[in-house]
Amino acid sequence: MTTAFKDSIQEALANPGLRGALGRFSVAYRVSREKAYAGLDFEAIRDRVRDVKAHAAGHLEELAAAFQARAESLGAKVYRASEPAEVKAYVLALAKERGVRTIVKSKSMATEEIHLNKHLEAAGLEVYETDLGEWIIQLAHQTPSHMVMPAIHMSKEEVTEVFNNEVEPGQTPDIPKLVKFARAKLRPRFLAADMGITGANIAVAETGSLVLVTNEGNARLVSTLPRIHVAVVGIEKLVAGFSDIQPILTALPRNATGQLLTSYVSLITGPTPNPDGTPKELHIILMDNRRSEMAADPKFRQALQCIRCASCLNVCPVYRLVGGHVFGKVYTGGIGTILTAWFDQLKQADDIQGLCIQCGACKDVCPGRIDIPELILELRRRLVLEKGQGVVQKAIFAVVNNRRLFHSMLRAASVAQKPFARGGFIRHLPLFLSGLTEFRSLPAVAEKPFRDTFLQIRQPKSKEKVAFYAGCLIDFSYPEMAEAVVKILNKAGLEVLFPEGQTCCGAPARYNGAYEVAAGNARDNIRALLEEDVRYVVSACPTCTVALKHDFIATFESLGVDDAMAEARVLADKAIDFSTLVKQLVDAGRLEFKDGQELEAITYHDSCHLKRTLNAQEPPRELLRKAGFELTEMAEHDICCGMAGSYSLKLPELSAPILERKLDNIQATGAGSVAMDCPGCVMQIRGGLDKLGSAVTVDHTAVKLAERLK
Amino acid sequence: MDDLFPSFKEKAEAASAEVHRFAGPAQALSFILETARELGGTTVWAPGRFLADAGNLEPAGFTFNVTTEAAAGATLGISQADWALADTGTLVLDSTGAAQRLASSLPRVHLALVGADRILPGLAEVLPHIRPEKAGYLAMITGPSRTADIERVLTIGVHGPERLIIVFVEGIAS
Repeated sequence: MTTAFKDSIQEALANPGLRGALGRFSVAYRVSREKAYAGLDFEAIRDRVRDVKAHAAGHLEELAAAFQARAESLGAKVYRASEPAEVKAYVLALAKERGVRTIVKSKSMATEEIHLNKHLEAAGLEVYETDLGEWIIQLAHQTPSHMVMPAIHMSKEEVTEVFNNEVEPGQTPDIPKLVKFARAKLRPRFLAADMGITGANIAVAETGSLVLVTNEGNARLVSTLPRIHVAVVGIEKLVAGFSDIQPILTALPRNATGQLLTSYVSLITGPTPNPDGTPKELHIILMDNRRSEMAADPKFRQALQCIRCASCLNVCPVYRLVGGHVFGKVYTGGIGTILTAWFDQLKQADDIQGLCIQCGACKDVCPGRIDIPELILELRRRLVLEKGQGVVQKAIFAVVNNRRLFHSMLRAASVAQKPFARGGFIRHLPLFLSGLTEFRSLPAVAEKPFRDTFLQIRQPKSKEKVAFYAGCLIDFSYPEMAEAVVKILNKAGLEVLFPEGQTCCGAPARYNGAYEVAAGNARDNIRALLEEDVRYVVSACPTCTVALKHDFIATFESLGVDDAMAEARVLADKAIDFSTLVKQLVDAGRLEFKDGQELEAITYHDSCHLKRTLNAQEPPRELLRKAGFELTEMAEHDICCGMAGSYSLKLPELSAPILERKLDNIQATGAGSVAMDCPGCVMQIRGGLDKLGSAVTVDHTAVKLAERLK
Repeated sequence: MDDLFPSFKEKAEAASAEVHRFAGPAQALSFILETARELGGTTVWAPGRFLADAGNLEPAGFTFNVTTEAAAGATLGISQADWALADTGTLVLDSTGAAQRLASSLPRVHLALVGADRILPGLAEVLPHIRPEKAGYLAMITGPSRTADIERVLTIGVHGPERLIIVFVEGIAS
């Protein structure tokens, strides 16, 4: 990451107003969105949005031609532009030709994307943004920090200052008054403007209609009062049929602002009369700007399913810390990272793709069912292909891809760390490593890895065999978790095997764009884990389980590896996470917990991969309750703890505040302990609580359950 | 249709609209006159069936020739909606005529008349009724104009009306 980029993160973090506003909003948003979907089936709605938008993305050219024919038959002028420069030239030429002096605009990300205002103003035209947020940032000479709420980063005091400096002195930081002021100042602009420029939220090919979704009422005035209306529309806004607008209008307001519907939805089909009775001139510009290229890319086509609701920003634990400007000048947040890489250029996304913590919260709420984290990984992979892996990373991955060397280095680390380790923790590291232990203690590498201990655990002989996949962190730092897993499975009568050839799951390499390394890890593990005929391959690390179940296949697919695909699928079918397997054993009556004892209150942290990829939020909770614990839910229990593998090493400045919030939420429950299913989360949360000197204990669910076996 | 009214009222009021219902045109008209008097200022009234059937309203001093100037200077704008949607508290208005848009967007208060039998459950039910090639400008309105662009604080009345008064009238042709 560049120094300038790291500086921009620091600057954003140092802005308390920004973090306060975004933090409060992120909490309120979750509540209002949920309320807006009450009684509706969000999954079914987003299936329809995805279908409508995916169909359109697959037929862009056809739909654009149909739209043009239909709209022109009604009297509109449709101009198809492939480059931003063409759009700018068209609008400027039209304005000159028609003697336009002033222009009013309603909110349009497409015009932000091409910096249209700058171009028109440079030619001497007066351009007024009329959406309140857009007007504020226009006056402040800034860019939008959010797709739906462009000025969310500014306080009322800052807005007041902008109004005082740029419009008229004497304003006070009273929000209703500031809004009234904007109304009073912009009303004459609407009435005097010669041209109105809007975007469009949907363009319907069948009918040639534009759909505008707004709250303030400015788009109605922009499209009614001036004699010329220009709509700048990205071609991804096209849908085939008129009825296709229904799922989008159902999802967009609910996901964007938690509204059932925005105050105004306008459906404009062809030119309508001006107030003086003359026919309005309607120009619709269908802008490509690499969207067709995106549609032709098998991986990125799905990004065109975006309806620009910005919910991926609203639920992002990183966005709520740093706001939009760290992401760039136009599109921000998760989808913004992807759009920037395409509409601007891939290398523009080099730094910002690193902000993604891969927690998957955005994927959970995306109304277009876009796998945003996966697309960001794909960006990462392509960037690595383009510029190569860094020297240090290359060296690390060379080691990780050689199991014997990797494991002997971990063993050596256990000896080397001795001066720093006390009671299983490393609390301070010297020199350049000190950043790693500033906000949390690190676990010491265990003296004896689990792979050695396992040899001493006598296994019951059974026809039912399961292979245990430990993963590096459990194997080398938390062997007690593995012992708990084996104890529980043995108790249920299962014979556990520990295939010696198992190695790193490849997640670190994959999440850093080193897919070749990840594929090497995948091959080694597939060979080791399928050596014997086992019923299940169980892991107590959700990230590892996701690797076995999904990522090996995804990595092979990305690289076009065919020869190991069949085995990867066999392994995927056998792979299962610890809690889901144990829940099955308990349900089958094969495991019982001690009863008759009142246990302490416990709270549970959902690990990202377990909840959102493996969909296993219930099994660990049911098991803990069955084992006698009283479960107290914490606020934001399913929000990332900030660990995310190497993320906490690369961006400790973001990992630390995410963790801080998690620790606050844990402590607020008053529970004496917190359980989770991921050794990475244990490392982060236990390390954080240790630094605070907190008495709250942190354990893997397996350890908690093993203590309670009958 | 009657069973949809309570739901419409609840949703529309949640979006800060005011909802009234009258047994006939005469009662609705006296409410309109009363509202206009209370508000003061001038009133513009865009064409619609209710107006066509209302008889001579000249003495009330309303403006029926809805120009930009008249609407921009008016306190109250009146227009007639074609449908009401119960699920979201939304009005659907064919606003192809500029007067419909001026009367519902420029004055400080918008009063929308709607036939009591024009309530539909929601978007899915109204879309099949819409002929975009005939209704060149279709407006869906849910509550008054609003913004939360400064510090996410909800503020009513930005560029559009700060009050939306919805008047259901039984027994009128729509």
